[in-house]
Amino acid sequence: MAETFHVEVVAASQSVWEGEATQLTATTTEGEIGILARHGPLLAMLAGGDTAAGLKNAALGREPGPVVVTTADGRSEVIAVDGGFLAVESDRTAVISPYAQLAEEISLDEAQANLRRAQAKRDGGDNSPQTLRDYHRAIAQVKAVSRKV
Amino acid sequence: MAASLRELRERNRSVRATQKITRAMELIAASRITKAQQAALQALPYTRELNRAVEAVAAGSKVRHPLLTEPDEIRRSAVLVVTSDRGLAGAYSSNVIRMAERLTQTLSHQGRVVDTYICGRKGLAYYKFRGREVVKGWDGFSDKPTYTQSDAVAGVLLQAFRKPTEEGGVDEIQVVYTRFESMLRQEARIRRILPLRVVHNKDEERQATPLYEFEPSEEIVLDRLLDLYIRNRVHFYLMQAAASELASKQTAMKSATDNAQQLIEELTRQANQARQGQITQEITEIVGGVQALSEAKTRNE
Repeated sequence: MAETFHVEVVAASQSVWEGEATQLTATTTEGEIGILARHGPLLAMLAGGDTAAGLKNAALGREPGPVVVTTADGRSEVIAVDGGFLAVESDRTAVISPYAQLAEEISLDEAQANLRRAQAKRDGGDNSPQTLRDYHRAIAQVKAVSRKV
Repeated sequence: MAASLRELRERNRSVRATQKITRAMELIAASRITKAQQAALQALPYTRELNRAVEAVAAGSKVRHPLLTEPDEIRRSAVLVVTSDRGLAGAYSSNVIRMAERLTQTLSHQGRVVDTYICGRKGLAYYKFRGREVVKGWDGFSDKPTYTQSDAVAGVLLQAFRKPTEEGGVDEIQVVYTRFESMLRQEARIRRILPLRVVHNKDEERQATPLYEFEPSEEIVLDRLLDLYIRNRVHFYLMQAAASELASKQTAMKSATDNAQQLIEELTRQANQARQGQITQEITEIVGGVQALSEAKTRNE
């Protein structure tokens, strides 16, 4: 039995998931990262997210990816995140992402429709922060749902 | 008797109808407060985790950050005024507006240009009526702000703050909102959200803050964390204001219902008096008539 650590995933309006986990993977601005128990302290930016102010400095080329938590009883929880932070301390890990959402609560059709809309706007040459944000939000959702099924 | 019986009854009916409406509004406000409080409660974990992360970075950090740096001179201030979309909430909006006016005056006296931002239809109407300039306004969510909406508001403010002063950027941001103290007490107050002041917790013995690794770098992490922190502050203030608005509305509607009740009792009493007066008069007339008749009869016999 692998060692477990405490995970809390919080969105701005509510706590999304909380419990014991053996493993957690996420996509940060630097790439995919896996966290196991006793990981060293780390504060990492998750890929995607609001970009209005951060356009210059953040590694925005990377698209957001879902957070996957392998729970203590062997299930895996998939959470769509778009921007935010991964805060790891010795015995607890927090995923702080304003728009985090459980994959099972997302409607795939809706997310895909949003994605198509944003994609069309982007192809039309619209590169406003709002469009980029919609695009990231949609892609985060689609990825999370496809990962789940 | 001042008014006729019919008029009194009519007024009574109309007051009763109004009372039904105010009572319904009171109940609606009450049930929405519960929801607003729930929303505030559910947002707590996020705030907690975010503050924890900010503390962890800010405490050990020697990086100077624009959001944390007090400018040498404040030339332009942004003031966000949080009012309600609808009336019938007592003095809720006017209290906030009055405080905002005072603040604007004080800041102007200090030689600062004041940029006004407004949430809520009431505040917008007030400024528009007086022909005053509003940089940006939002409405439609004063009693139920979602994070997305607060995020939009905060985004605009942050952008104004990050712009250099020469290009019309602001050096500080103040928020005038109504704090929810309790169901019976809400207080308009002013809070400065930017630049931030870092307060180090001294009494809480820091168990040797672990040395964090940062991705992609300490500067960027701090920058984005503070950004999220400010957005969350704005959301917090908007939620507080929403709860206060609903509480004010409930109080206002409760006193309206009570007043209507008093009025109904008064009108009922007057109507009863008028009715009794009428009966007395009728009896007097009948008795008088009978007497007159019998007197006439005896005279004829």
